[in-house]
Amino acid sequence: MAVRNNRLTAEEYAQHFSDIHPPFETRDAAMVDANRCLFCYDAPCTKSCPTGINVPKFIKQITTDNIKGAAFTIFSSNIMGGGCAKVCPVEKLCEGACVYNLMEEEAIPIARLQRYATERAIAQKWQLFERKPGIGKKVAIVGAGPAGLSCAHALSREGVDVTIFEKEEKGGGLMTYGIAAYKVTPEFCCDEVDFITSLGGIDIQYGKVLGQDVTLTELQQAYDAVYLAFGVGMARQLYIPGEQLEGVVDAINFIYDIRNSGYPAVPVGDQVAVIGMGMTAIDAATQAKRLGAKEVTLVYRRTQQEMPCTEAEMNIALLDGCKIVWLAAPAEIRGEEGRVTQLVCHAVKLEADAGGRRQPVITDEKIVLPVDMVIKATGQMPFEQLIHDCQLQHNNGKIAVTDNGVTSINGVFSGGDCVNGGKEVVDAVQAGKDGAKVILAYLLEGGNARNSL
Amino acid sequence: MADISANFLGIRSPNPYWLASAPPTDKKLNVLRAFEAGWGGVVWKTLGSQVKNVSSRYSSVDYNGSRVMGFNNIELISDRPLDINLKEIAECVRLFPDRAMIVSLMADNNRESWHELIRKVEDTGAHGLELNFGCPHGMTERGMGAAVGQDPEIAGSVVAWVMEAATIPVITKLTPNVHSVVPTGRAAVQAGTHALSLINTIQSVTGVDLDTFIPNPNVGGQSTFGGYCGPAVKPIALKMLTTISQDPVTSRVPVSGIGGVSTWKDAAEFMLLGATTVQVCTAAMRYGFRIIEDLCDGLNNWMDEKGFRTIDDFIGRSVPTLTSWDELDINYHIVAHINQEKCIHCGLCYISCEDGSHQAINLAYGNPYNTYTIKEEECVGCNLCKLVCPVDNCITMEEHRKGDEYLNWKEFQRRGLPLNDH
Repeated sequence: MAVRNNRLTAEEYAQHFSDIHPPFETRDAAMVDANRCLFCYDAPCTKSCPTGINVPKFIKQITTDNIKGAAFTIFSSNIMGGGCAKVCPVEKLCEGACVYNLMEEEAIPIARLQRYATERAIAQKWQLFERKPGIGKKVAIVGAGPAGLSCAHALSREGVDVTIFEKEEKGGGLMTYGIAAYKVTPEFCCDEVDFITSLGGIDIQYGKVLGQDVTLTELQQAYDAVYLAFGVGMARQLYIPGEQLEGVVDAINFIYDIRNSGYPAVPVGDQVAVIGMGMTAIDAATQAKRLGAKEVTLVYRRTQQEMPCTEAEMNIALLDGCKIVWLAAPAEIRGEEGRVTQLVCHAVKLEADAGGRRQPVITDEKIVLPVDMVIKATGQMPFEQLIHDCQLQHNNGKIAVTDNGVTSINGVFSGGDCVNGGKEVVDAVQAGKDGAKVILAYLLEGGNARNSL
Repeated sequence: MADISANFLGIRSPNPYWLASAPPTDKKLNVLRAFEAGWGGVVWKTLGSQVKNVSSRYSSVDYNGSRVMGFNNIELISDRPLDINLKEIAECVRLFPDRAMIVSLMADNNRESWHELIRKVEDTGAHGLELNFGCPHGMTERGMGAAVGQDPEIAGSVVAWVMEAATIPVITKLTPNVHSVVPTGRAAVQAGTHALSLINTIQSVTGVDLDTFIPNPNVGGQSTFGGYCGPAVKPIALKMLTTISQDPVTSRVPVSGIGGVSTWKDAAEFMLLGATTVQVCTAAMRYGFRIIEDLCDGLNNWMDEKGFRTIDDFIGRSVPTLTSWDELDINYHIVAHINQEKCIHCGLCYISCEDGSHQAINLAYGNPYNTYTIKEEECVGCNLCKLVCPVDNCITMEEHRKGDEYLNWKEFQRRGLPLNDH
């Protein structure tokens, strides 16, 4: 048993991490599916999209070869519509609501059609948006992830100058650092950020950490408004014995390394246990397998009914040969000479509580998995200390805001994962849009948030 | 098993499907393959004076991802030497004596040319002649084709010349490029034609290339008006056919129906409105001769289901049900009903009724699915919602008569009934 890197050849890496949802190969192929769209009125797909993309409209535009129009329709609702077309859990959003599901027919492949339009726009650098004349205001945004970029783009369109402070060396946030590489390539992430900033009026200062390189007070003084969109970061601890052993990593770091260091550089074990059953757990498990792990086991303390990931996501893991152990609560990580050798779990049974909800109850039975690597994917923690230091009101580390992103400090707004604790990329994009709207109103009204917290 | 064989003026064919005068019938090679595939007959592509074709010759109209809804051509009559055509016709007749062989003709505009051409064609053993009074391009400039069909007087004289010489059945093919096909049809019947066929192609411009700005089909940077056919023209052909079936003069002769016949259903519709045989071209050009299998099979099964033994049992059967507007029963009233079990909540009925009809559908907002119901008192029974609904039998029209007795517009006026009654 060994945890090591460079397990595969360059060809194998390329093959394992190639696009999991390939685009339409031809115009005709896209046309066949686009023409199946019924062009619903008040369409359920649009209502099920957190950013409210007018799906029937853009699909209709594809059918008339108006790809530029289709791209504009998508991007004007969701400036990360290109990336979202690749990473959104569409089976529970737009495609899940497609009326064809009610006819027991295949839903329209909305994501693939969205990709058909947006990929060309990004690749060919179409200038779809124009900035309004400057209004003489400048806004600082912390975080160049989906919420920050979406907010920046919307503000810049309105003639506001934006400076983004980003702690990493690249923009895109979760899209660039936190999602399986077979869904979006690093190149695409870069192109997407460039596409968004090509509007102009958006300056991204990389390697700038809030609380270290720049403080909130400084930003408040130098800018007319501040938007905080720094997401969540720290992996939740398990608080079980053995968590400090060599070979125990958290999924966020594991995925970050894959995105940042390149596939061969990332060490992976022969027998890997991934704890959790959310999207991040799936991304970690499938990628561990694709990096060359011999055996990957997902460990979850409830059943498939309760798992946070979608069935489609789970199926990716199963098709990759990952195993799933349901009803197992990690109790202890054992090791030899400081290195992981076993994951010990309590077998769990579900029992209805007083309210009728099924709750996991630990039994005496033990499940012991021989492993040489444990990846923790049991959720992320907000940057509680940072938020506390900024003297922002918060709920367990999640920044407290009104419905439209107003924080407890006048002129400071916030949205995305740092407010909601971690949702889909598309939710963060919408939060950024909402934030931009309220910030613009604030700027135009001369510095008073209408409904402060 | 029903008998789908046809008897058109004594010209017999094992089924009512003839290939229309066009590229599929312009040479022995094609015609023999068509007969082998099972076609009941052919109308050999028009013989006449020497012509020369250009390229490209065809263009089409696509609709919502479906190709060739409408088809257009600027081809002329047969560009092969007459004697080769005649020799091949004779060979085809000999090899397949049970199939109908009609020869389309378009002679120069004088009696002698017609007589000479008819004599030569009859020598082949062909079973009938079809006079091409419809070709809308190329030939009109020489006073032939549609130029004849558009003028009842000229058409009548040409038919009269033909009848002087012809000893086999004569079918006159009408052009749709007129305000009504009846006058030319009457002139032809009065001049003695044994039968009519319709429609020829409709003059058209199918579209313009948005890159080159040149209309289709592009002939070296220019285009010209072509003849439109295919599925798109069927409703127009059916209307024209019906007027021929209703007219006391033209209804005396049998009709061969043409215009967008692609399936057995189309054929049955043409026959219900008075056609004895149907002619097919675009569908065969698009999919090949093999479509004859379903054309025959489907018609046969339908006839069995309906209890029709021969095609004569239903030819013309629907004609009396097509009347003038002022004969329609004003007291007949229907109201839409949406089956909520089948509804997929696409909202297409709602928006078409809202924007295109009488705002008779109620929307109850839901997330993500809205609920749509009919406001019965507002519904005028126009049918639009049912037409746009993508689910079979989800929207049905239920009868809510306004009065027991039959009441038409003429009677309505005579009685001086109030306009806004219903």
